[in-house]
Amino acid sequence: MIEKTLKGKPAYWIWLAILASVIAVGWACYFRQYVFGLGLTGMSRDVSWGLYISQFTFLVGVAAGGLMLVLPYYIHNYKEFGRITILGEFLAISALVMCLMFIMADLGQPLRGLNVIFYPTPYSMLFWDMCVLWGYLLLNLLCGWVILTSERKQVPPPKWIYFFVAISIPFAVSIHTVTAMLYCGLPGRHFWLSAIIAPRFLASAFAAGPSLILIACLIMRKYANFDAGETAMRKLTTIIMYAVIINTFFFLLEFFVGFYSEVPGHMHSLQYLFFGLEHHGEVYNNLVPFMWIATIFNFVGLGVFAYMKIAKVFDYRLVGFGSVLVFLALWADKGLGFVFAGFVPNPLEEVTEYYPTLNEIGITLGIWATGILLLTLLYKIAIGVEHEVEQ
Amino acid sequence: MNNKRRKFLKMAGATVLAGMGAPVLVKLHGTAQASADSEPAPAHAADSHGGGHGHGEEQNAGIRLGMVIDMRKFYDDEALLDEAIAACHLAHNVPDIDERKSEIKWIWKTGYGNAFPDHSHNRRSGSVENSAFPVLCNHCDNPSCVKACPTKATFVMEKNGIVSMDYHRCIGCRFCMAACPYGARSFNWQDPRPFITVYNPEFPGRNRGVVEKCNFCSERLGKGLEPACVEACAGTGAIVFGDLNDPESEISKVLHEEFTIQRRPAAGTRPSVFYIV
Repeated sequence: MIEKTLKGKPAYWIWLAILASVIAVGWACYFRQYVFGLGLTGMSRDVSWGLYISQFTFLVGVAAGGLMLVLPYYIHNYKEFGRITILGEFLAISALVMCLMFIMADLGQPLRGLNVIFYPTPYSMLFWDMCVLWGYLLLNLLCGWVILTSERKQVPPPKWIYFFVAISIPFAVSIHTVTAMLYCGLPGRHFWLSAIIAPRFLASAFAAGPSLILIACLIMRKYANFDAGETAMRKLTTIIMYAVIINTFFFLLEFFVGFYSEVPGHMHSLQYLFFGLEHHGEVYNNLVPFMWIATIFNFVGLGVFAYMKIAKVFDYRLVGFGSVLVFLALWADKGLGFVFAGFVPNPLEEVTEYYPTLNEIGITLGIWATGILLLTLLYKIAIGVEHEVEQ
Repeated sequence: MNNKRRKFLKMAGATVLAGMGAPVLVKLHGTAQASADSEPAPAHAADSHGGGHGHGEEQNAGIRLGMVIDMRKFYDDEALLDEAIAACHLAHNVPDIDERKSEIKWIWKTGYGNAFPDHSHNRRSGSVENSAFPVLCNHCDNPSCVKACPTKATFVMEKNGIVSMDYHRCIGCRFCMAACPYGARSFNWQDPRPFITVYNPEFPGRNRGVVEKCNFCSERLGKGLEPACVEACAGTGAIVFGDLNDPESEISKVLHEEFTIQRRPAAGTRPSVFYIV
């Protein structure tokens, strides 16, 4: 099936070339970082995790979001998702590959990465995160490939594969739950020390993953002669809408706990994110514009989807607009704010702001481009097979 | 390499256990037997310093090295504190990096409100308000950094309760830095060697990309020496070091007589560093 990636229109090759050049820049930046050390990033003693870990956290959610296609199709037998379920599985593969690359980019001693396997440590959540991420990656590779192969041969998939499909469902939940546990089990980091982190992560994942799939569907509808079907897309917008509502609700609960109780530790990070944190006469607020734009995007995106339901209209442009807004809002929430604000203030109640460096942004873009390239190739295969079957 | 280093660390611990000629640590031997012979944790009942705890928390038995920092000795003598810091950083090849972003520190000075945010209020005495407080790794009885580490590169030495680091196993994920509620850990964002002016061949240097922190001078204890900061304050009683679980040790006596506080007791990590404020 891999041969499907070798044939395409000029636009396809231009797109791959653009991605490849971004990847090349990423590798050049990584080489610099590898030679000098992580000092080339904007991370510091106080903000010891930056863009890499925040992108990792967000992308685990994107990977888990594929569940919103797998679950209705395989468990509830929702046939409309038949054409796009494979897109969810392939999205999970690309997102997980990006996750693993972001982890490697973040390690101070990447060559010692295997120590996590040589000295397995069950009380460390990072060990379990590695287990579930690899597990979910392998499950998606297996299920995606076997089911697509059967589709190509136009035979029903082998029975045994449904066993793996079934276990991939709790695995999807586990990857984001364990990722949340990296944060919410740490004493002394008030912003993260909250039992609602895992549910909030899952809610935002179930919106971010499907909105990315919707965006991909719209692009492929336009350029690749692939129609996901109006009913399926309509259903996805409903799923996204409810997930965004639940995520927003959870977030507002954090606000209530912080600002009604007025326990300083529970307010500081939220103040830093949304209003700027005043400390010794200086105001620290570099994330405030991002968070307010994200808030606006979140509610406008929600409004667009709600309007489509209430007015009973369906418009591809509205679907695309809403999905992009929701995706960007959730990216800012988890891919920026959540991780960076956890370090503000530091355990000694000092404030250090984090600004990523150009080199760091280069590596980050390079990894994103790698993931998008992989996604493009995988979707090319999936669509190629569907077209072949239709003929 | 790793095994060798582990063995070395174990040996250092065992030497301390044997009490080989360490004047300050003479009592360690006795305690080890005491706690081994009797039921777990009888000594802690007498642990009267825990003013912050509503009920007695369970503590680990065996030798648990700890420190009492008597701030009354430092209030009028900040130079003494500077000497202690310099002695530590010299002994451990801690690089002197000016930039706040990349700095590495094992023991350093901070304000009362920074060291004790949970005890902080706006009616402080002048000496507390205006003095520098030394902060360092607390060598917690229940360290959150050890729980976080995915490779056991940071671990509690069974022989003496020191939270130790294996610089050759650390992968540099910095999970421990996020987990530490005291900000005690530093990361080598770059090669530290150009920033070390005087190199001490007795202690290993670090590579870039690994985490480091105070080790309660395990390497000096193995040789029968006191920790470098304690030695720098010798004769003043500013820092008392010893076994918290030995009721006869000097540190236990100090803790019995004086009211002390710990940094962020609410974090549940049970720090082994106490302050007389």
